[in-house]
Amino acid sequence: MNKRITEAFAEGKAFIPFITCGDPSLEVTEQIVYAMEEAGADLIELGIPFSDPTAEGPVIQGANVRALSGGVTTDKIFDMVVKIRRNSKIPMVFMTYANVVFSYGTERFVRTAAEIGMDGLILPDVPFEEKAEFDTVCKKYGLDLISLIAPTSHERIAQIAKEAEGFVYCVSSLGVTGMRSQITTDIGAMVQLVKKEKDIPCAVGFGISIPEQAAKMAAQADGVIVGSAIVKLCETYGKECVPYIKEYVKSMKDGVRGIL
Amino acid sequence: MSNGRFGIHGGQYIPETLMNAVLELEEAYLHYKDDPEFNRELTELLNEYAGRPSRLYYAAHMTEDLGGAKVYLKREDLNHTGAHKINNVLGQVLLAKKMGKTRVIAETGAGQHGVATATAAALMGMECEVFMGKEDTERQALNVYRMRLLGATVHPVTSGTATLKDAVSETMREWTNRIADTHYVLGSVMGPHPFPTIVRDFQAVISKEIKEQMLAKEGKLPDAVLACVGGGSNAIGTFYHFIEDKEVRLIGCEAAGRGVNTAETAATIATGRLGIFHGMKSYFCQDEYGQIAPVYSISAGLDYPGIGPEHAHLYDIGRAEYVPVTDEEAVEAFEYLSRTEGIIPAIESAHAVAYARKIVPEMRKDQSVVITISGRGDKDCAAIARYRGEDIHE
Repeated sequence: MNKRITEAFAEGKAFIPFITCGDPSLEVTEQIVYAMEEAGADLIELGIPFSDPTAEGPVIQGANVRALSGGVTTDKIFDMVVKIRRNSKIPMVFMTYANVVFSYGTERFVRTAAEIGMDGLILPDVPFEEKAEFDTVCKKYGLDLISLIAPTSHERIAQIAKEAEGFVYCVSSLGVTGMRSQITTDIGAMVQLVKKEKDIPCAVGFGISIPEQAAKMAAQADGVIVGSAIVKLCETYGKECVPYIKEYVKSMKDGVRGIL
Repeated sequence: MSNGRFGIHGGQYIPETLMNAVLELEEAYLHYKDDPEFNRELTELLNEYAGRPSRLYYAAHMTEDLGGAKVYLKREDLNHTGAHKINNVLGQVLLAKKMGKTRVIAETGAGQHGVATATAAALMGMECEVFMGKEDTERQALNVYRMRLLGATVHPVTSGTATLKDAVSETMREWTNRIADTHYVLGSVMGPHPFPTIVRDFQAVISKEIKEQMLAKEGKLPDAVLACVGGGSNAIGTFYHFIEDKEVRLIGCEAAGRGVNTAETAATIATGRLGIFHGMKSYFCQDEYGQIAPVYSISAGLDYPGIGPEHAHLYDIGRAEYVPVTDEEAVEAFEYLSRTEGIIPAIESAHAVAYARKIVPEMRKDQSVVITISGRGDKDCAAIARYRGEDIHE
């Protein structure tokens, strides 16, 4: 297990924001990371844009399009992480799609990510059955390949949890990423099935956008992941988004800690 | 069928949310594929409803004109709904019904698969929604109307390049949204396992019939079989029962668009490299960072940046050949077949006709080739007229 990821969950319930790198620009992304850390983020998911993100709803799809049109590449994102690591020790994981890693050369990608100080990797299109080719390389370089479980996973949760590293990403709802008014899945039951197999933190994501939801989800898990609501602020405010995101992250962190 | 690998290709690269759905599908398929009652029902649908077996037509004028091997046309264009797509759709929708599903969703490029799915859904009393790139809804407006007429809802997809790959992405997204009552009728030999195997098995009827028909007509196997390849369903159907007959050349014709040396191409084997996308490991048109390329072809049905994993494997082991055919060559072949044989082929199928025109004159007169005419060309007439500078309205 990666040490920084474990620490992210060591001091109470964690708040985990997601942003798409390069939306609106890599310079702004870097500033967002610092602002989110100051606002109380415990771990940050950095999205590497992909042309065809099949697990994303319209908000994050839009961010991917904007970032790629702006000329963002995997190498430029690696350079940005190097800069961030000069100023921040906050736990960070990449979230991207299998082809971005595979096409770069899985070993080359994972080795570089580990060298520049990334802590983990989330690949939503790599399920348990296909994880070996990525996981063996991640283990070699000390990066945690984060496993996902979904409301449809049922009996699969045990086998997934047994081999999970870092934390387990509990997908709250059916469908793709995006803000939802209601989450009906019994998250507590999913988390219990995980904990029965392995003592590993569980963070809930998909559909969470307001502090009340964050509080409710955090009561049943070890952390809360929010993507689309933050990316929406990037979309709305462009390069002026940093203070808005900082304020939003602070309110969500309060929610996670039960301060409403 | 463990993870559905074809050599290094294939697999199940999909979100966890869909894993139990594809496992359930695999289990149901393994149960029904050898079930006599299922096969009796499917055969009856294929024969009585879709009009199988399809004709193997000896193209005498084309043979005479080209002056080489004898040319046979496998007339999938004569099937109900006008293309080979119905073979797979009847199988999958029947399977979905047995699984207790009440709703089917599908992607479509040219609209042929969407029309076939809407047709089968109407026949079997299922709800049907079809996702189609916005650009394709404009290129193939007539097929959009046909789908609506059949009771389906058509969703124009505006994300990405608004073509077939985006329609596939959007249908996958919709499936993660509603799984319990919904089956995704994938239209080609692509996507996560078990789709490439299921679709192949349902399309393999094409080569099974070609083999029987050639033995009856010529007393021997053809020297080559040709089919167009996007994802590759009519091609794998055309190849499958000849894979073990090493003397039969298997030729897949890819859409080169404006040429393989331009960015406006969809020729995956000629210009792509190994990647992971839409649930499978295979060859894809992509940039150096793995971003999927915005491909182009005049043919909406071949306008896809990948190729099915079994084709990728047949290419790797040298069993099948894949050749690029440009828009211009395909349009010439579209016009050629119309004039010489009185058969208007789909612009997709015209890619295979175009390559046959190149190789047949080099072959001996005692040899023979079979070209699969995967669909009929009525849907393409307005677009080809526009390509030739004539503005006609559908």
